[in-house]
Amino acid sequence: MRKVGQSVARVDAFDKAAGRTKYYEDRMPANALYVRIKHAEKAHAFVKSIDTSAASAIDGVVKVLTCFDVPDIPFPTAGHPWSMDPGHQDVADRLLLNRHVRYFGDDIAVVIAENEVAANQGVRALQVEYEELPFVLDVQKAMEEGAPQLHERFPGNVLKHTDLRRGNYAEAIKEPGLIKVEKWYDTPTVQHCHIENFGCFAYEENGRIVVVTSTQIPHIVRRVVGQALGRPWGDIEIIKPYIGGGFGNKQDVLYEPLCAWCSTQVGGRCVRVDCSREETFVSNRVRHAIRFHITTWLRKEGTIAARKVECYSNQGAYASHGHSIAAKCMGSFGQHYPCDHLELDSWTVFTNRPAAGAMRGYGMPQASFADESNIEDCAAALGMDPYKFRMMNVMPKDFHDAFSGNTNYFDSFRLCLEKGAAYIDYERKKKEFAGDTGPVRRGIGMATFWYNTAVYPISLETSSNRMLLNLDGTVTFQCGETEIGQGADTAYAQMVAEAVGLSSYKDVRVKSCQDTDITPTGLGAYASRQTYVAGFAIRQTADLLRGKILASAAARKELTAEDLDVVDSCVVLKSDGSPVITLSELAMTAQYDPVHSEHITAESTYTIRSNAYSFGCTFAEVEVDIPMCKVKIVNMVNVHDCGSLINPALAAAQVHGGMSMAIGFGLSEQLLFDEKTGKPLNNNLLDYKLSTFMDHPHLEAQFIENPEPTSPFGTKALGEPPTCSGAPALRNAIYNATGVAIDRNPINPHVLYEEFSRAGLIRDAWKEET
Amino acid sequence: MSVQYKVVHCNINGRAVERTVDVRASLTDMLRNDYSLTAVKKGCEVGECGACTVLIDGETFNSCIYLAIWAEGKHIVTLEGLISPEGELSDIQQAFIEETAIQCGFCTPGFLLTAKEILDADRMFTDDELRKMLSGHLCRCTGYENIFRAVKKTMYRRQGKEIDF
Repeated sequence: MRKVGQSVARVDAFDKAAGRTKYYEDRMPANALYVRIKHAEKAHAFVKSIDTSAASAIDGVVKVLTCFDVPDIPFPTAGHPWSMDPGHQDVADRLLLNRHVRYFGDDIAVVIAENEVAANQGVRALQVEYEELPFVLDVQKAMEEGAPQLHERFPGNVLKHTDLRRGNYAEAIKEPGLIKVEKWYDTPTVQHCHIENFGCFAYEENGRIVVVTSTQIPHIVRRVVGQALGRPWGDIEIIKPYIGGGFGNKQDVLYEPLCAWCSTQVGGRCVRVDCSREETFVSNRVRHAIRFHITTWLRKEGTIAARKVECYSNQGAYASHGHSIAAKCMGSFGQHYPCDHLELDSWTVFTNRPAAGAMRGYGMPQASFADESNIEDCAAALGMDPYKFRMMNVMPKDFHDAFSGNTNYFDSFRLCLEKGAAYIDYERKKKEFAGDTGPVRRGIGMATFWYNTAVYPISLETSSNRMLLNLDGTVTFQCGETEIGQGADTAYAQMVAEAVGLSSYKDVRVKSCQDTDITPTGLGAYASRQTYVAGFAIRQTADLLRGKILASAAARKELTAEDLDVVDSCVVLKSDGSPVITLSELAMTAQYDPVHSEHITAESTYTIRSNAYSFGCTFAEVEVDIPMCKVKIVNMVNVHDCGSLINPALAAAQVHGGMSMAIGFGLSEQLLFDEKTGKPLNNNLLDYKLSTFMDHPHLEAQFIENPEPTSPFGTKALGEPPTCSGAPALRNAIYNATGVAIDRNPINPHVLYEEFSRAGLIRDAWKEET
Repeated sequence: MSVQYKVVHCNINGRAVERTVDVRASLTDMLRNDYSLTAVKKGCEVGECGACTVLIDGETFNSCIYLAIWAEGKHIVTLEGLISPEGELSDIQQAFIEETAIQCGFCTPGFLLTAKEILDADRMFTDDELRKMLSGHLCRCTGYENIFRAVKKTMYRRQGKEIDF
């Protein structure tokens, strides 16, 4: 039986169900000192001085370090592969602690103490004198002349502007009879909200620095810690244990450099940095709020003549992943609904908000919200059914993108839309709901998305792994592509068992914990890349291991390797399948051969030079209580073509989680800031409205399995895609129910109240009387 | 500032224990730091996320906002207490595995203890009731879908019924 394509239990499920799985804090040495960070209480300022005397006098405080003590080495934080080309390296714009405060919550000092209470008291006892500067929170205002400037290197606050031109937009829009749909769309700042907050601890060992950290990207963290401390990268060892979710926040280097440096300042003693939930919201990373201006020119028969899209991405205070997100976001437009005449522009702009970085979807949830809202508005302007309009205009079969090399081989968009429409019973319900005129109205909506797999050709795509044949015939497997909750280790076990020829995925011992001193270099968990890129390297290393197994068996049994195969953990004759030697016998015989002892192992690196389109859609059915300004989701389905499924049950689980995040993005989540001070207002799980058990209907996950031609296992991206199309599907369902097109998310009761009032659906009698 | 300590006697996972604790410590701190019961997770430390949930005299509490000294004389169960001495998982833990209700695993211990409280009521609940009773826990990985299935399936099994989703 094939090992891939089966819904087997996760390799880490037992320990997680038993509560035995160790996360970073569960490995904490008992004597670790507490590092607590002083966060600036100004949105934009220079620190003039910090009086540390009161803090230093507190019993238990070991050391106080401030922004006046840190090395003057700016470093980048994005979890991107290193580039040998300096022009493509990430922007190095922050120090370990910053004198120039660029957002409310910036790191300006630390207190290191014997216990947590003393460390917190120490932080509160610091006396900071600021030279206050004007601040700016809004992208467009930050681009205005005379706006407060965040970084000297980036005058006008623009981190980067890129554009894409196709055809001749200016000429194309002169075509007679075109209908113009021009609108603005706004997406909010949201946060990842993995349930395990970020944390790490660091200590010196034999003159080197070891950091145990809750990260998605151990090998990249090693490089950045080395950069930030001015130490050779080999001086740093990063250990990544199990982590309690990441969703992109931990695809950034967070406080590992600061923690490592603090250890060096207290003689190499173990120090710990543990972010509180409140800090995680503000002083880690957030999703980019992106504002869109879209002008679409339509022909009466329902085709798109030309399109102009401007994306304004709010970067916050530091570059982090920077323009990569807005660039990816902008790039989606030309491929999603291709047309001959395009003008696309994107700007990434610094503001005095928390730094925005990677978050599940990497610009695509924002792009999808704007694009799919606009497409819905276009269908409405034409008086066309939005399903039909999409079927007419969405990326056609055989569409090829020259840059990524991706091809839509199977017409996946239409297959997904057909399947979703069938599940939700689109045609019937659309007709039925059209008659709703009361206070509670039902609606149905849809949205689509596409997503790349991995980062080729923009960045390096490489994966390395190691396979060791154990004496019992099992295989130990190590790679740098990390398990972060998504189930990567289980997918690897299945792929290794398949590729080597083992009887079960349980015969693969996946070393989940990465240690950069030991684990072959991999880039980590991001870009929905792991299963795809690890697949190439797994196939290659498995072939090497099989070659060694067959050669060893052939030599010992006086046979020819070419006549042998490995099936169900046994070397067999290809001709009739008869057993030659089991892997366990072979491993023992080889290892304990008194003359030619051999540990059968293999290791290799594969550089991937391809990419793959992943596709999907969401259909949502809602009930909108107009007077109550409340939306109830009645039914929701995501349909994905992510190639062949390695583990269908885990794939569905991945989709549920993405849909949940999309529901939050669509209806409730938003990090708010005080306009007067720049202070975050709701950086906790009570006031920030993460969706709960009560906010979800049954979440339906369905798949179209078209094997991806470039992948040895026929697989492609699924990690991020499920979070891309949910929010616009909900927006379009609300539009369908009420006739009110809402062009910003989250569509929470406050927004509905405003929009329904404006549309005349509700009126405030009290206001009219006064 | 002087630190006060107090001896707390209680029963944890079936064993009578006592330990001197800082009177300011939370039950989470005591269970994790003094008893190494690291299945008690910290997601917010202010009673918002449910990751630190434990059973106190059979009832679920957020142990992060429950003082350690209040545990005097109480019977406390953490996730470590659900597994049999022979290492067998309980029915609800097994159901979480079967239904793929576990991803990163960080919210799992808290959910399992609330599920145990629900199931120990030994009666059938409606879907809405189940959702409401489980809503004190936040999860960012699963969309709650498979957790719901695992709890509902186990509830049916305990009543001698099977459910086909």
